[in-house]
Amino acid sequence: MSAGAIVGEKMGMTQLWDAEQRALAVTAVRVRPVRIVGLRTPERDGYSGLRVTYGTRRARTLNKPDAGQFTAAGVEPGVRIVELRVDDAGSFQVGDELGVDVFDVGQRVDVTAISKGKGFAGGMKRHNFKGQGGGHGNHKKHRAPGSIGACATPARVFKGTRMAGQLGNVRVTTLNLEVVQADPERELLLVRGAIPGPRGGLVLIRDAVKGGVRA
Amino acid sequence: MNPTDLIDADSLRDDVPDFAPGDTVKVHVRVLEGNRERIQVFQGAVIRRQGSGLRETFTVRKVSFGVGVERTFPVHSPVIAEIEPVTRGDVRRAKLYYLRDRVGKAAKIKERR
Repeated sequence: MSAGAIVGEKMGMTQLWDAEQRALAVTAVRVRPVRIVGLRTPERDGYSGLRVTYGTRRARTLNKPDAGQFTAAGVEPGVRIVELRVDDAGSFQVGDELGVDVFDVGQRVDVTAISKGKGFAGGMKRHNFKGQGGGHGNHKKHRAPGSIGACATPARVFKGTRMAGQLGNVRVTTLNLEVVQADPERELLLVRGAIPGPRGGLVLIRDAVKGGVRA
Repeated sequence: MNPTDLIDADSLRDDVPDFAPGDTVKVHVRVLEGNRERIQVFQGAVIRRQGSGLRETFTVRKVSFGVGVERTFPVHSPVIAEIEPVTRGDVRRAKLYYLRDRVGKAAKIKERR
């Protein structure tokens, strides 16, 4: 029974010693066992998925729509309900539990999360613009973007021109990260490299969609 | 305590001796030649310890054939077979960068009695 997807909370980054005794940067994700609250089937919903919850939550803090779902499924209320896309939801039962062991050490995964919000950011921070010089008569334009187009032709700014604006706080997926450790006992998943979002943020982990050369 | 400290506990060494800047140490380094492993000893004065936990590193300085050589090791690195303290130094600062500008007798660290 392979789900190939699970939900967790980012714990932070640290390092391990790899087989060649070098430091290996890893991100730790706390993956608590998830309970299946509902199924999404192609016949009814047009796609295949699992509705899952994890952790525990006092029943009186639930709103009625959520409470109804937990009661209908006969599942203990969890922190929140999250949908996981799987290939075949038919092979799962409501009430089943899944843990980090859906992943094998060494396999590749994609990690999706909401990135840290940086607010309304200028061109230098948002698009790595160079900015302008500090001297030679430059006055109060040190971080300005410079030209954003030509003059009477086309007499407008092209759509998609990179400018200042909201940076971060968007859904980001990091592809092809290697699973370094998957320990159901400690509810712990270690993946190589960085993943989006703040510590404590919700992350979705699933099998890599692209093969990758090193896989 | 950070949530990742428990993960780090697996990678920490428990055989790190007590040593500080100014001390002279022998660092036994595992060197891989082809597929044979041997131990190489790097002896010198500890001129700094930096960082904490799993990321802590220390730097050993020695003068080899008239050339100053400094090597920085992670304290908990598995590359190190053993850290062997030789002498304790009597120094007043934590970072002994002033040794780089000194040669001969001036670069000597007094031994703590």
